[in-house]
Order: sequence, then C-alpha cells, then structure tokens
Amino acid sequence: MQPFSGLSLLKRGLTGQRGWTAQWRHPEPKSAYDAIIIGGGGHGLGAAYYLASEHRFGSVAVLEKGWIGGGNTGRNTTIIRSNYLFDESAALYDHAVKLWESLSQTLNYNVMFSQRGVLMLAHSVHDVQVSKRHVHANRAAGVDNEWLTPEEAQAFCPPLNIGDIRYPVLGAALQRRGGTARHDAVAWGYARAADALGVDIIENCAVTGILRNADGSVAGVETTRGPISARRVGVAAAGHSSVVMKMAGVELPLESYPLQALVSEPVKPVFPCVVMSNTIHAYISQSDKGELVIGAGTDAYTSYTQRGGLHISSHALEAVCELFPMFRRLRMLRNWGGIVDVTPDRSPIIAKTPVPGLYVNCGWGTGGFKATPGAAHVFAWTIARDEPHPINAPFTLERFRDGNLIDEAAAAAVAH
Amino acid sequence: MLLIDCPYCGERPELEFVYGGQAHIARPAQSAELSAQQWSDYLYRRDNTRGPHAERWRHTHGCGRFFNALRDTTSDHFLATYRLGETPPRAPDESAS
Repeated sequence: MQPFSGLSLLKRGLTGQRGWTAQWRHPEPKSAYDAIIIGGGGHGLGAAYYLASEHRFGSVAVLEKGWIGGGNTGRNTTIIRSNYLFDESAALYDHAVKLWESLSQTLNYNVMFSQRGVLMLAHSVHDVQVSKRHVHANRAAGVDNEWLTPEEAQAFCPPLNIGDIRYPVLGAALQRRGGTARHDAVAWGYARAADALGVDIIENCAVTGILRNADGSVAGVETTRGPISARRVGVAAAGHSSVVMKMAGVELPLESYPLQALVSEPVKPVFPCVVMSNTIHAYISQSDKGELVIGAGTDAYTSYTQRGGLHISSHALEAVCELFPMFRRLRMLRNWGGIVDVTPDRSPIIAKTPVPGLYVNCGWGTGGFKATPGAAHVFAWTIARDEPHPINAPFTLERFRDGNLIDEAAAAAVAH
Repeated sequence: MLLIDCPYCGERPELEFVYGGQAHIARPAQSAELSAQQWSDYLYRRDNTRGPHAERWRHTHGCGRFFNALRDTTSDHFLATYRLGETPPRAPDESAS
C-alpha cells in the first residue's frame, strides 16, 4: 500500500500528480476463503478490515454486486451522532463515534470527520419533553448532549429562523461531538486498508445463493462469478438483507423503504453545523465542497427502486426554506434514493443467525452511516469469535421473539 | 407520486392513500395457544418481497375503504388492485409485463 503523508502529497503535487498507484487490487475470486462478507459498503468493508487487522482471521473476501460504496454508503447524508435514548443504543453508537475520532489516523486515509455539532430542533411541547429526556438519558450514559434555548440555538446556527414560522423553534438538543464525514472516503479508506492486509475486494459479483453443508452450516456462496466456499459468511447487504438471507432460509423482521436525499448547487461556507428537525422533517448540513446536503423522508410503501416520490423531497425542501429563509432561491443539483431496511423497533440486528457460520448486520433503517466503524468493529468480532461483542449482544434476531425490543422509534429522526 | 387505482373510486394520486403494509396476514384465531416464535412471526416477520408484492392500501382521503394491490417493488408499477376478500390475481410473467 502506498502510504499517504504530507510529504508524499507535496512531492506528487510538484510533479503533476503522476505516479499514484491504484489504491486496492481487483483480484479474481479464489475458490475458497475463511470468511466472506456480502456487501461492499462501509459496514462490510469495515468488517473485513477489522477481521484482518484485529482478529488476523485468515483469508477474507468482500463480495459486492455493484461497485464499492455505491449503495447506501454513498447515498446517505453523512450525519454522525450518538445521542440515542436507550443505553444499548447509546453504547453502540458512541462506540462508533469514538472510532470515528481516530479513523483517519487508523486507516491513513482522510475521511474528513468534522465534529461540527448536531442540532436537533424541538417545535412542540412534546418535542421539548422528548428532547430533554434524551439529553438527560444521554448525560447519565456518559454521552454528551445539551439543551439549548431558541436563542442559544440561533447563536450556534445563525441562519436558523426561530420565530416567524408555522412551527416555531422552542429549543434544541445539541451534541457537539456529532458532525459529518465524507462517506465515499469511508468506503475507500476501509477498502484500501483491508486490501493492504490481504482482503480480496471483488466488485461486480452478486451473490445468488448460500451453500450449506449436510449439517446445515454454511459452506459458501454461489455467485455470478461462480461458487466460492467459506466457513463463515457475514451479510451486510443493507436494503437487500431480506433478499440475501432468504437464500439461506432465514426470514427477517425487515421492511425495505426508499429514503431520499438531495444536494444543492455549491455555495461558499454559510452553514456551520448539522441541523435536524424530526417534526417538520428535514435535515441539512453543508459539505466541504459547498453543497447543502439535505435529507428527506422515506416513502410510505416498501420498494427496491432507489428512488422515491417527488412530494417527499419537496416536503423536506419546504421545511428547509421555512427554517432557513436564505436558502429559498438556491437551486437543487441532484436527488436520489437509497433502500433502507427498517426493523419494527428501529434498532439494528448485528447477530448470529439460526444457520451456523452465517452472521447478519442489518436493520439500520435510516441511520446506518453514523454507526459504520462501530458496527463493522463488533460485526467482525461476532464473526471471528462466533459470539457477540458485549456492545452488540442485545441486538439479536431473537429479541423480537423474546420481547427485548430496543425501541428507538424516535431515534432515527424520521417521522415513521 | 404514484397514481393508484382505487377499486371503488378509480385513479387517484398517492397523497389520498395510506399504505397498510403486506396483505393477507390473518390474525391467528387462537393467539393464546401460539408459541412466542409464532406470535413474533405474526407481529413482525414480513416477506419484504423484491418483485410483485400483495399489499394493503386505504383510500383515506376518498372513500375511506381498504383494498389490496399487487405492486412490483422493483419498479413501483401497480399490476392490479382488488377488493378485500378477493383472491390476489396472479402476478403476470415478468417478461410479459
């Protein structure tokens, strides 16, 4: 692997940016691996990286049906925060925030993690009560979160219109350690670091079946590029988790919905933080390129189309224009959708499955990007040791049978 | 926005409707006798079909009635809508549609 440093950047910069080499190989799939990860997004690539780096888990391959980072990793609004209500969730997401804080150094790849603060607005008495409950629960769990008055919120985010709107801002919860990261760089950074440790990243390789031994355990996968055997298979297929897991006869409590996002034309730096409003439903931040990154809601119906109804994104834009009147004349550049797999309690599943040797990391719904390093880390642990890490132990498939739900219905910040 | 053919009112915009999830899930008659797994399956397990999907809709801002639809979740194309109690039409062959 070609290491990046200030010196190497300067040297290449002075010589016309020539001489850079490909950041990861494009190997042909081998006939067998010790572990296969299905899904080349941040969660899958990260799991492969931690399998190779922390667990020294023999040979590992990541199979991606399209190109790496082309699914939800490249489609989200890049928001990172950990101010979830329940202890189990706060522990999981804060594990991720702690890994985010050193991820660029760990991977020798700048993921542009920016802890610019995430402001979550309250527009009603109910919002205020729920937000304050979150703040208190987070502080008791050791996760930073603080309550701001409307004036303090406006001081933190000057473009915010707190008064002259249909649903005035009555206050806000602020997590200062929250922020954004460059989502493509997360996929590329994990891919490059995993590749350097010998992980084979195989793109354009869709899994079409899961092979089983006579005793029911996993024997490998059938793919569009031929069968590959493996003794452990981890599924990190996001919106298509149901489809992949059905190949092994495992039915999941998931429904897949399109979730939309859009970006504006790029403008000079005008927006200092991330603002989210659950009630009137919009979230917004500004990328380092200058585009405003705007998150809309999910469509009402399940779908695999990676697009959504225009009225859903229009609704988010109306909310943004009301909260930030200065954006009313801004033009939108692109919009798109991603398929998110939603669980009944809006918490993920990172667990063993009824099939020995088959593991699943799914159900992240609308909020999987923020958890990328943490989820990948505990998923790799679960695969390597055939038992969950203490942090993901509550996030089982069996919790829906046993009634141990982790009911973060409010946590995804989406009006479900 | 989808154009949905209510079996009672005809074609109306999606905004008049509320989605009701997967269709043809019958509540078990003897729920007290179910195992935890069977009850969990009834409550939470969904087919999450990629392809023709039988689902419930309600024409909330119209006639107010529930009906079922067969929609291809890979294209959002409605293959059919039908009234409650009717058997779902067979999904047409993908190559024919």
